[in-house]
Amino acid sequence: MVFIRAFLVGGIICLLTQILMDKTKLMPGRIMVLLVCTGVVLGALGIYGPFVKFAQAGATVPLLGFGNLLWKGVYEAVLENGFIGLFQGGFKASAVGISAALIFGYIASLIFEPKMKKK
Amino acid sequence: MDEEKQQDNLDIVWNKDTMQKEKEQRFREHIRDKEQERNEQYNKYVNEVTPKPDSVGDCIKAFITGGCICVYGQVLMELLKKFNVAEKNIPLWTTILLILTSVLLTGLNIYPRITTWGGAGSLVPITGFANSVAAPAIEYKKEGQVFGVGAKIFTIAGPVILYGILCSWICGLIYWVLHTFGLIQI
Repeated sequence: MVFIRAFLVGGIICLLTQILMDKTKLMPGRIMVLLVCTGVVLGALGIYGPFVKFAQAGATVPLLGFGNLLWKGVYEAVLENGFIGLFQGGFKASAVGISAALIFGYIASLIFEPKMKKK
Repeated sequence: MDEEKQQDNLDIVWNKDTMQKEKEQRFREHIRDKEQERNEQYNKYVNEVTPKPDSVGDCIKAFITGGCICVYGQVLMELLKKFNVAEKNIPLWTTILLILTSVLLTGLNIYPRITTWGGAGSLVPITGFANSVAAPAIEYKKEGQVFGVGAKIFTIAGPVILYGILCSWICGLIYWVLHTFGLIQI
């Protein structure tokens, strides 16, 4: 049951993004920035939290979930440390994702050779 | 008599003048019509040649691809639960494994193919982010460690991290202000 919800919710988020891409011709980088910022705002408005409980991986795997994670980090850090938490939480929460991407990405650059794009 | 002749001559000259002008005008109109016709034909041609995005098909593909990646994430979560990983670390482990998978597929040149087929479906999940980090790192390794890999690895990750952090900072600031002045509880 969880799998079906994850599939449907994750799929719908991707479908909506695809419609947005078709309509606006936005480049992938901008789409990603837009998604993360939307996730932050949805998290801050308290909408994304219940959504994650419902769809689990369907809500956390898309980049919206990454934005929500950033907001959660800031929120918890502000509760804990007050004003200075604003400068801690974001990176603390996203540390694992960003570090993993950078480290694995770097290792991949050592192992793999660039390939010619096949037509 | 003389005056009449002169008048006639003038008439002829005048007529010649107007005829010339009319001719020019007609010529210009003709050119304009031709240009318009050509532009219309050209636009028609461009419209015919430009591949029309199969919107509905693309959306279905994006739906399937995105759904499958999310299910993969869910499977990882369930497996981690079976391996008795601490509850709070499960999302972190899932993220790491998803990113590892995506980077491997990028290195093996499989992820670009998923992107070609799945469109937004491969872009929206965190695997798309990992792909956007690994792909330029591999692509630009020839340009050196610092300005090749080091700089290009942040081509897309940079903006995402910048605006993500900035956005969460602004939202946090609003929350902090409201909280400090007692407008929000908890």
